[in-house]
Amino acid sequence: MSADVGNPPVMRQQIVLSGVGGQGVLFLSRLLAEAAIAGGFPVLTSETHGMAQRGGVVVSHLKVGGFDSPLVRTGRADLLLVLKEENVVLHREFLADGGALVVNAAVPTDAGPRVRVHAVDADALALSAGAPHAVNLVLLGFALARVGGGGTAGGFFCAAGEIREALSRRQGAGGSRLAASLSALDLGIAHGT
Amino acid sequence: MSDRILMQGNDAIARGLVAAGCAVAASYPGTPASEILSSIDRWRKKCGATMHVEWAVNEKVALEIAYTAAIAGLRAAVSMKQVGLNVASDPLLSAAYLGVTGGFLVVSADDPGPHSSQTEQDSRLLAMMAKVPVLDPASPAQAMALAGTGFDLSEAFGVPVMLRPTTRVCHASQDVEAGPFRPPVREARFVKDPARWAATPVHRRMLHDRLAEKIAAIAAWPATAPIRVNPEVSPAMAVVASGVAFAHARELFCELGISDRIALYQVIQPYPLHAAFIDHLLETYAEILVLEESAPVIEMQVADRRRVRGRMTGAVPGTGELLPEIIERLLSRFAGLPVPAGALPAQGGGRRPTLCPGCAHRSSFYAIRKAAPAGIYPSDIGCYTLGINLGAVDTVLCMGAAVSQAAGFDYAHRLSGKQVDIVATIGDSTFYHAGIPPLIDAVVQGARFVLVILDNGTTAMTGNQPTPGTGIGAGGETTAAVDMEGLVRACGVRFCRAANPDRLPEFVALLKEALVHAREGGVAVVIARQPCAMVALAAGGKEPGAIVITGECTGCRHCVDRFECPALVFDEAANRVRIDGMICTGCGVCVHVCPVGAIRAESAAEERS
Repeated sequence: MSADVGNPPVMRQQIVLSGVGGQGVLFLSRLLAEAAIAGGFPVLTSETHGMAQRGGVVVSHLKVGGFDSPLVRTGRADLLLVLKEENVVLHREFLADGGALVVNAAVPTDAGPRVRVHAVDADALALSAGAPHAVNLVLLGFALARVGGGGTAGGFFCAAGEIREALSRRQGAGGSRLAASLSALDLGIAHGT
Repeated sequence: MSDRILMQGNDAIARGLVAAGCAVAASYPGTPASEILSSIDRWRKKCGATMHVEWAVNEKVALEIAYTAAIAGLRAAVSMKQVGLNVASDPLLSAAYLGVTGGFLVVSADDPGPHSSQTEQDSRLLAMMAKVPVLDPASPAQAMALAGTGFDLSEAFGVPVMLRPTTRVCHASQDVEAGPFRPPVREARFVKDPARWAATPVHRRMLHDRLAEKIAAIAAWPATAPIRVNPEVSPAMAVVASGVAFAHARELFCELGISDRIALYQVIQPYPLHAAFIDHLLETYAEILVLEESAPVIEMQVADRRRVRGRMTGAVPGTGELLPEIIERLLSRFAGLPVPAGALPAQGGGRRPTLCPGCAHRSSFYAIRKAAPAGIYPSDIGCYTLGINLGAVDTVLCMGAAVSQAAGFDYAHRLSGKQVDIVATIGDSTFYHAGIPPLIDAVVQGARFVLVILDNGTTAMTGNQPTPGTGIGAGGETTAAVDMEGLVRACGVRFCRAANPDRLPEFVALLKEALVHAREGGVAVVIARQPCAMVALAAGGKEPGAIVITGECTGCRHCVDRFECPALVFDEAANRVRIDGMICTGCGVCVHVCPVGAIRAESAAEERS
């Protein structure tokens, strides 16, 4: 158990990632979790496995900082990343007031008041870059650029550089797979800047 | 840079087992427990330990193999999902009486919700029935620690021990400090004692007495005693929680600011609940709320119905997962705070799971409906349960039941003077697991049905573990492979033919031939053999864009409704179908599905289909 009751640590961030099976939601949540550990933060995630992964709705919860429960409660998420626009209606309840929705959509999605919405057509970007399976990293790059990183208010707990480092630890520095991942991330960053 | 590493709960359990000197591990895959055994193999290789690690044919066999290693003095573990424990319950209940000499851990993963299971059953109840102690971790880190504690407990009292994680522990990931490995150094040494290891009923009675004594002693074992989170306060109320419900409660105690008003306890060992703890609770607190998943195992052992609230009293919902939103409401009510009215997270809704693009099961199901349009379609547990979307799955009960249910439908209708076409489907792994005894039974009884064995050469739903037909072991090593046709024929089946279901017209013709045999001559088996599309994709060989929709598409929806390939997308605006080039595998089966011939394959795909 990481948190002392009544004495929460300073850095606490709750992120929900939503998509459908095959889009790489699980990869994103583990990548972010590894970046959190590298940054010295305790981390808890909750993943979807089994039948739901066969093209059905997949959701990952990520809690950075001192938490005990692996699940984000509704109304508590600082960030909601949606890889399939149709899931916004299912998962927007997770967002806290003032939270940010980053969605893979051609036109901005209406997520109700008190929510900052950032939309990008990550499918089209990934396809045009010849990397249809890197939609997840394109969206993450875009999100990092839009909401900010490195612990800025309303932004991610980490900066883009820390995601790059986590990617290279995962995929091995210098390989073609890593190069493709980094360019997908940068593509998203470029479109969010 | 931190020396902590991200571990999934199942990975952490595996690490805990290997680090504690587990020498034999066996499992049958099932969500949410599947990753435990593959992780054991990975940790074994990492620390260089000599172990026997296997994907067993089913959970009963897996338990018996691991148990036997433990009566030969080694540390051993078996892992499975909760419904797998049903299959393994026969040896478990007997093993509890006989006991062990080496540590023996039964990891049974529950799935409150349920997210990916037939039931929400609580393995702790089965531990209680078997009279084996059960440990209930709240997090991946605790699950890793309890794997070692479980071995110690098992050896201290000579009993099997159950470790019961739930989905939210198995499939949570956490930063974990991995400790050192303690490689297995013991030698197997079976000490003959027929009065114990082959006990007759008169000895069993004595063994039962001894087991009851062990359970009473375990209820006082310090290492697994409940933990008081906030010992500095002396309130009149207490919350007693276990598993991930404790993790939710602990976080909420902090957020709601109730730590100074209500005592919070974590129960590590729900059965047997520590006797002194029960006395302490009833002596100290006027009101006690119990939070646990999914049955009232702790609650029923705190036998004061006036002061204890939980699932039995209706204070806690009797079914379903104890989500943190629900626990927040329960704790707020218990503490006399305003009860929050926030939404629960969406359960279900959104896109439904479907068979993958290029999956040959889709071809089999389409062909079955073509060949036996008025048939009854019993099916089984696996990816192919999703054949329900294609209207080709009428029943799903449990592992292997497709075969016995096919026979049962025949006998029932025969009594009423009716003959119906019955086409059952079962996956290759499920067939080996529990399909063989009912097939023998059906042959002997003269049942009339067609059994289609969907042989994709893998246990796909749970992450592509090998089957007995593949000749590959848990660590990638070469093993003997079972000959499926030979096995089917040895069961007494006279019609047994294998074919590729993606060759749709030929496969429909074969099914019709099998139906003729079944009507006259008993069971016919058709083996639909084509590798899992995900395995094929991982191996390379995707040829996107080879399939095109011509201007002849009338927008009749036959392909999207009856074939339901995710790569066939209906464009409402244009009232026609288009191909999603991002996911189409180019298998070309849909070419044979379009009633007006508007789907065409180009070059390579056409040659293959």
